Amino acid sequence: MSGKFVVAYDGSEAAERALDFAVAKAKSQGGSILVAHILEWSPYSFLTPTELEERHKRRGEELARAEKALMGPVTARLADSGVKVETVIKYGHIANTLIEICNESGADQMFIGRDGETSLGSRIFGSVAMTLAQSTPVPCTIVP
Amino acid sequence: MYRKITHAATAAAGLALTSAPAMAQSVDEKVNEMFAKSTGWFVNFIFSPFPGTSFPWIVMWLVVAATVFTFYFMFIQFRAFPHSISLVKGDYSDPNDAGEVSHFQALATALSGTVGLGNIAGVAVAVGIGGPGATFWMILAGLMGMASKFTECTLGVKYRNEYEDGTVSGGPMYYLTKGFAERGMPGGKILAVMFSVFCILGALGGGNMFQANQAHAQITNVVGDYPGWITGIVFAGVVFAVIVGGLQSIAKVTEKIVPFMGVLYVATALIIILINFDKIGWAFGQIFEGAFTGLGVAGGMVGALIQGFKRAAFSNEAGVGSAAIAHSAVRTKEPITEGFVSLLEPFIDTVVICTMTALVIIITGQLVADPNTGLYLLDEGGKTIQTIDGNKGVALTSAAFSSSFGFFKYILAIAVILFAFSTMISWSYYGLKAWTFLFGEGKTTELVFKVIFCIFVVIGAAASLGPVIDFSDAAIFAMAVVNIVGLYILMPIVKRELDSYLSRLKSGEIKKYN
Repeated sequence: MSGKFVVAYDGSEAAERALDFAVAKAKSQGGSILVAHILEWSPYSFLTPTELEERHKRRGEELARAEKALMGPVTARLADSGVKVETVIKYGHIANTLIEICNESGADQMFIGRDGETSLGSRIFGSVAMTLAQSTPVPCTIVP
Repeated sequence: MYRKITHAATAAAGLALTSAPAMAQSVDEKVNEMFAKSTGWFVNFIFSPFPGTSFPWIVMWLVVAATVFTFYFMFIQFRAFPHSISLVKGDYSDPNDAGEVSHFQALATALSGTVGLGNIAGVAVAVGIGGPGATFWMILAGLMGMASKFTECTLGVKYRNEYEDGTVSGGPMYYLTKGFAERGMPGGKILAVMFSVFCILGALGGGNMFQANQAHAQITNVVGDYPGWITGIVFAGVVFAVIVGGLQSIAKVTEKIVPFMGVLYVATALIIILINFDKIGWAFGQIFEGAFTGLGVAGGMVGALIQGFKRAAFSNEAGVGSAAIAHSAVRTKEPITEGFVSLLEPFIDTVVICTMTALVIIITGQLVADPNTGLYLLDEGGKTIQTIDGNKGVALTSAAFSSSFGFFKYILAIAVILFAFSTMISWSYYGLKAWTFLFGEGKTTELVFKVIFCIFVVIGAAASLGPVIDFSDAAIFAMAVVNIVGLYILMPIVKRELDSYLSRLKSGEIKKYN
């Protein structure tokens, strides 16, 4: 089975594990990898007038920083892996945006890491992994 | 933040009361006297009536403008209302623009600048002088004002400056300069400079001193009397920390709480109105009857009308040009969409929130009427209506709300302080934009304005209500004089944008994203 594998990536250890796992799968099955990083953002949050004025500039800076600090090293590290790697950075609600990326890119599988925390917060509000497990349009592998 | 302020304020108040009450009082009096003397001529000019009448020309100026825009754009405020709501919901926003300023964010920030003490204290002043009838004229002015706001905010986005580093600056100063040049009209630059001068005065007046003044009135209402300059210094300190110290976190917290307080305020007002549901019919009767007869208020029907129009204009700032500054940061390819979104602002501010305040004051029977004639009784001065406890301004609103829930005056005190604070932050920004337009951008010039702004917080809290409210109104209306001249000249440009957009919307060229 070949195909496109979306990996949710935020630079954490859990995300690294998911990435390694996905790369190994892609190698053995002849698939390609789409590394996705989501900057959390709500169009309904409140900003001060100064923040409004600088928003466009800050957005550019945030994207550049994510590209440099996260995506650059990932592409460099996977350059010799023999697997085709693409990257995407988007703003939005993390789980929903990952699902959108899946739909738009025609992905066949998704891989996410989990940090194994069962904090009170995630029990009440759920976690990204839980939300994705319930709602991805494609098979979703949660890497512990 | 509130706890910090009141703790500091009460501590300071106790100190001042024990050590130097006489001296403190005289500081307030001196500030008041100096202030009234130095601003009187300006106030008199702005509010001078048409010869032979008591009708201030400035109020007519705003109402005529709102009417002209309403007809010129063929009742755009009603036609585009549903579309405005879908724009705010983000139905037409490109998902690839996520992370940029959304319509909702521009509207919310602009609203937190306008929803302020005008809605709580200003309405009480209007109803206290103009009677229930003022409410009718206020709602009417709010509905018409939606067209003015639509016009100015469209222009604000269309002619904003976008700098290389990605920041934007917009507002009347920019559309007056660039728009006039585009139409080949002279005088744009002069109007822009005049607007900036008045905007700075408005920022110091209505956007600052009035807020500090009424916040102080509300605090003393809860904790007991103490000199105003103490509140002033505490407020000035917090404002300083945000605008000079860059403590955006304080502002962010306020921005988050303000909408919540707004909803809480409206909900409480609705509960009070529902508790007195048997009087709802009577209250509306008073509003309509008062609108056309005055019900004994000073100046009769015209008195009610002037108060209603004045308060609406002061509260929602339609035609003033301030909102055009806040709205201009939105990310959109179509300037007209921000015009649509902005027309919701006077609706929420005036038609919903101001009306709630007025209804609560009327329905809880704060105004004293002669039981035989049904006419309202006037105070000794013959200007304001007698209230059951002699309250006016924010104290009147507080009394009206507390008559149903005793604890409400504490909620109101928090709401007033937060509204005052968020309005000050917004206006410090509007004032700063005008200041940098005049004197150029740069750390030192900006700092000078910010320090002046903080000094006026103290003056505002120390001066008494009369001179402060007069000066605040005068400065803000002076902005409208210049801005509306510009809007008349530039409205064909807005019309062109509107026609083009609506035809593309109809043909399906402009699509919903979700």
